[in-house]
Amino acid sequence: MLETVFNRLFLVTFLASTIRMATPILLAALGEIYTEKSGVLNISLEAQMLTAALAGFIGAYYTQNNWLGLLLGMLAGILISLLFALLTVSLRADQIVVGITLNLFALGLTTFIYRVLFGVAVIPPHVEPMVEVHIPVLSDLPVIGPVLFQQKAVVYLTFLLVPIAHWFLFRTTIGLKIRSVGEYPLAAETVGINVTRTRYLCILLSGLGTGLGGAFLSVGQLARFTDNMTAGRGFIALAIVIFGQWKPYRAALAALIFAAADALQLSLQAVGVQIPSQFLLMLPYGVTVLAMIFVARRATAPAALAQPYVKEG
Amino acid sequence: MAPILCMRGITKHFPGVLANDRIDLEVEEGEIHALLGENGAGKTTLMNILYGLYEPQEGEIVFQGRPIKVSSPHQAIGLGIGMVHQHFMLIPVFTVAENIILGLRSSRGLVLDMEQVQRRILDLSERYGLGIDPNAYIWQLPVGLQQRVEIIKALYRGAKLLILDEPTAVLTPQETRELFHILRSLAQQGTSIIFISHKLNEVMAISDRVTVLRDGRVVNTVLTRETSQTELACMMVGREVVLRIERPPPAPGEPVLEVNDLHALNDKGLPALEGVSLRVHRGEILGLAGVDGNGQIELAESLVGLRRPTGGKILVKGRDVTGSLPSTLIRMGVACIPQDRKAIGSIGEFSLAENVILGSHDQPPFARHGLLNRQAIRRYCQHLISEFDVRTPGVDLQARALSGGNLQKLILAREVSRPHDILIAVQPTRGLDVGATEFVYRRLLEERQNGKAILLISTELDEVLCLSDRIAVIYEGRIVGEMRAEEAVAEEIGLLIAGSRREIGIGRRDESRSTADRKNSFAKETRERV
Amino acid sequence: MFERRAQPHGTLASVILIAASLILALLMGAGLVALAQVSPWEAYRALFYGAFGRIYGLVDTFVKGTPLLLAGLGMVIAFKAKVWNVGAEGQIYIGALFAVWIGLYVGPLPWWLHLPLALLAGALGGGLWGLIPGVLKAYLKVNEVIVTLMLNYIAILFVSWLVHGPMEEPGGFMPQTPRVATTAQLPPLFPPTRLHAGVLVALAAALLVYFLLFHTTLGYRIRAVGAGPKAARFRGIGVERTVVQVMVLSGMLAGLAGANEVLGIHYRLLDGISPGYGFTAMVVALLGKLHPLGVVAASFLFASLSVGADMMQKIVHVPIAISRVIQGLVVLCVLGTEILLLYDLVPLRRLHQRFSSLRFRREG
Repeated sequence: MLETVFNRLFLVTFLASTIRMATPILLAALGEIYTEKSGVLNISLEAQMLTAALAGFIGAYYTQNNWLGLLLGMLAGILISLLFALLTVSLRADQIVVGITLNLFALGLTTFIYRVLFGVAVIPPHVEPMVEVHIPVLSDLPVIGPVLFQQKAVVYLTFLLVPIAHWFLFRTTIGLKIRSVGEYPLAAETVGINVTRTRYLCILLSGLGTGLGGAFLSVGQLARFTDNMTAGRGFIALAIVIFGQWKPYRAALAALIFAAADALQLSLQAVGVQIPSQFLLMLPYGVTVLAMIFVARRATAPAALAQPYVKEG
Repeated sequence: MAPILCMRGITKHFPGVLANDRIDLEVEEGEIHALLGENGAGKTTLMNILYGLYEPQEGEIVFQGRPIKVSSPHQAIGLGIGMVHQHFMLIPVFTVAENIILGLRSSRGLVLDMEQVQRRILDLSERYGLGIDPNAYIWQLPVGLQQRVEIIKALYRGAKLLILDEPTAVLTPQETRELFHILRSLAQQGTSIIFISHKLNEVMAISDRVTVLRDGRVVNTVLTRETSQTELACMMVGREVVLRIERPPPAPGEPVLEVNDLHALNDKGLPALEGVSLRVHRGEILGLAGVDGNGQIELAESLVGLRRPTGGKILVKGRDVTGSLPSTLIRMGVACIPQDRKAIGSIGEFSLAENVILGSHDQPPFARHGLLNRQAIRRYCQHLISEFDVRTPGVDLQARALSGGNLQKLILAREVSRPHDILIAVQPTRGLDVGATEFVYRRLLEERQNGKAILLISTELDEVLCLSDRIAVIYEGRIVGEMRAEEAVAEEIGLLIAGSRREIGIGRRDESRSTADRKNSFAKETRERV
Repeated sequence: MFERRAQPHGTLASVILIAASLILALLMGAGLVALAQVSPWEAYRALFYGAFGRIYGLVDTFVKGTPLLLAGLGMVIAFKAKVWNVGAEGQIYIGALFAVWIGLYVGPLPWWLHLPLALLAGALGGGLWGLIPGVLKAYLKVNEVIVTLMLNYIAILFVSWLVHGPMEEPGGFMPQTPRVATTAQLPPLFPPTRLHAGVLVALAAALLVYFLLFHTTLGYRIRAVGAGPKAARFRGIGVERTVVQVMVLSGMLAGLAGANEVLGIHYRLLDGISPGYGFTAMVVALLGKLHPLGVVAASFLFASLSVGADMMQKIVHVPIAISRVIQGLVVLCVLGTEILLLYDLVPLRRLHQRFSSLRFRREG
């Protein structure tokens, strides 16, 4: 058994799928970093992802174009996040409560729409899987090539986004504004920063990223949609934000760790390890809990996180 | 000189309150104009209107000869009006430079241009003698420097008129002196300044003209050199004397609270208390004077069980209670009026009845065997409300609907109506109007007459001087002086709260002496006022 | 645009807003049904017929409302303390597991001992599953939203493993345990129907939770920790201890919901004993305004929606998931309009003032 586990093919498959599986949760986490940095705790990532997964699938299925699918997914993500922003920022409802409700709502909505459009089929409808893009020269390298340079385009894009997200948040005037709104909204308001608009911007941005992540899940990875297919990934993305200390690079690292747990259970199942599948499936969730315990005491969240901003007078 | 600012007929209502009633205010160019009034007189409301935080119901504002309508601070800043709030609008985890350029355009478009900004900050800092390091993080700076960052922030944005809201409340006398120096240099170079204060001596010391507000109306505007403190005091409160507190001679008994060599850390994990020793006896008020942020909060939190000391001992009635839980300390007879009425002193969503049993909710007659007796709780609350003159339509009102004074009375009522031997009062009158302040003072003295031990922690030197039997001074987490009230020399306390005694030790004698001189007059004025 | 009221509007305004939200959500639901190319009129007729038009539907409403009510009460306790227990689903599964374990392996016992013991075990199981995130939150400051949610998956997978393996019925074809002893089953109330004694347990629990929250010192502590944690700590309330107690109590009620399902409906443990009751329970609690009696109404309302939707699917082929959509919409509308309880809409008030001043002038 050990030989199977440690042979090269296993390792390559495992590492490649780690990176692939990190992609959707990393996209969601990057968006959530922006949202939380602006002082909003959006736990409806799951809802955004799931809705985007369905919208992406629908788009790709009917247009026969995966890219249009991804685009539609992003739109759906933005739409759900807009609803969230409207309720929490403008109408000042509790962020966690709205998040909880949206998650339930999205679960019902996606199931309903999928049933209406596709009914109950023995062979579920699917789209053409997205193809891997082989980077010339680099993809021919042993081990590194297939792991890093034979991935789908969205994967490259996502990891390219990490330094961009970092740069934008920490090196630009808008990034400074975003962080100020999450730390001390009143102070930001007095120097002319529109707190409401900034929070909307971040929430919608997060909807965009999370939407792409969700659409990649259905269009890019599985090539079909299943009920509740996100299976808690939105919440794992939340954990990644905390584990990554609200920093894009660390979040990328955290996403890889979580994805590794997920990829490991898949790879182990594939090689037929004698552990009940349920325990393998538990792996990413268990890892998340342990990580949260590990990081809890050191986490320093933005000062105004989850506090609605109310301008009096 | 032409007036840079004219406010005419400004009126602002809040639900139930007329905060500003047809107020007129004129400020000349290069003038330091003091806005004087008691808490609640409408000074801050007026300035928040000028700064675009509130919208007035009536009135017009003319700035630099043009009528303006300010609907946001951003707009005010754009017009050249800057404001330094009492609570600084600075982000602790940002650097000085980041705070200053927040919200401004960058010369490099989207990208922050930190080097250039830093250079400009250093320029400004040099020109007005501010001594600011643009790369320091705000949380690392002492309060006095944070205030100067606020001033630079306004100057950087081209402020022609600078509003300072109670700027000295958080400063040591020495820092106050430095601030005044900066303000004069600003005024000389053409900046107009509105200086909000309720301290007569400061107004006399710094301003060119004074506008006095009372109950939302302008009483008068006078030239400083043509007026006197007595006259201003009279205008400010509408009667001769602010507070006349009858204080019978003290009759201290055995010590109730003893603190020995107490050490504790603050929230950032840095030392906040470095060997505090205190003793409070029955029937006396020990006043702990000091400027904000010298360990007072950490001391109070340690005494009520909210903070675990890292060293030293706390004894209540001779029993070691170091590191005990709040519930234990309540049972040991430690009552407390905390600094933050709203977040710590009370629960806003709870009714008054539910608020008055905080801390004794599981004691008879309010509860037996884990069951609440709602009837008894309401009756008790009714009783406290009438005894402490809390103005409320009933016991079912949510606590957050109470005004500051009434809420403080409710908290005071709750704390002193429970069996207790010691009362810790932290800033018990901050933000209260004269009536409520007087009420709190009287109650504290009554407590003293009833043989309770009282620890009064306050940054208001007048308050400490007027109530205490003994006075201790805290500076940087240490007790730097302790004296009997009748021996207390205000100038000495003034020196102590600024930590000057140690400076004498390291040979800056001249400066200290001049501080002493200044404090001398300060103290005299203070006593006159009291 | 909004100005805070000194005192929030009372219960009546709250009820009106909820009713308006319900109507609004049904209208939006009608839009979705129309998108599915079904006449909303026909669909809602089927829905109302399904829920209220026949005894079977009414009974089913009570049967489905029972676990919602029990778990919803658990959410009330947690949310009152601002402890975000998103883990009711997992607590339901562990509660079901414990109850079945007693029903299967303990005995023979007389029913008056066996049944209470099984119910108690269910509560204990759920409480245990709540204890973990409770302790982690209280003493290690671990975010309970994430942990409780992750524990859901772990619990569901764990139960799945048990019914596929160690506890599987010998010689059976389905992944499920054998039937629990009859002495551990919740007795049916009106025998041909599925209505069983669980509904009485749930109603009793609602009264008990009401009493707990508003008439006991524990309830006082729970509410104080939620509404003013700093003030609570300052005046001697053990916030950590209370948080743990809240999570355990909350989990116990969810666990009881699980026990109710396996002892009253399935009589055994199997995959998917809860179709997301734990999640619906959260919105039930929110719709019920975190008041135990409000939750009674909300849980049976939501149950009737899903029972009706079942009939809707059968008659006009609208997917049953519409019930969850409408449930979500109701609560979203309630959340969106809650601001009107705490704040005055300034333009509206100005209008009102102008109107009343006009009237005044006319009278004068």
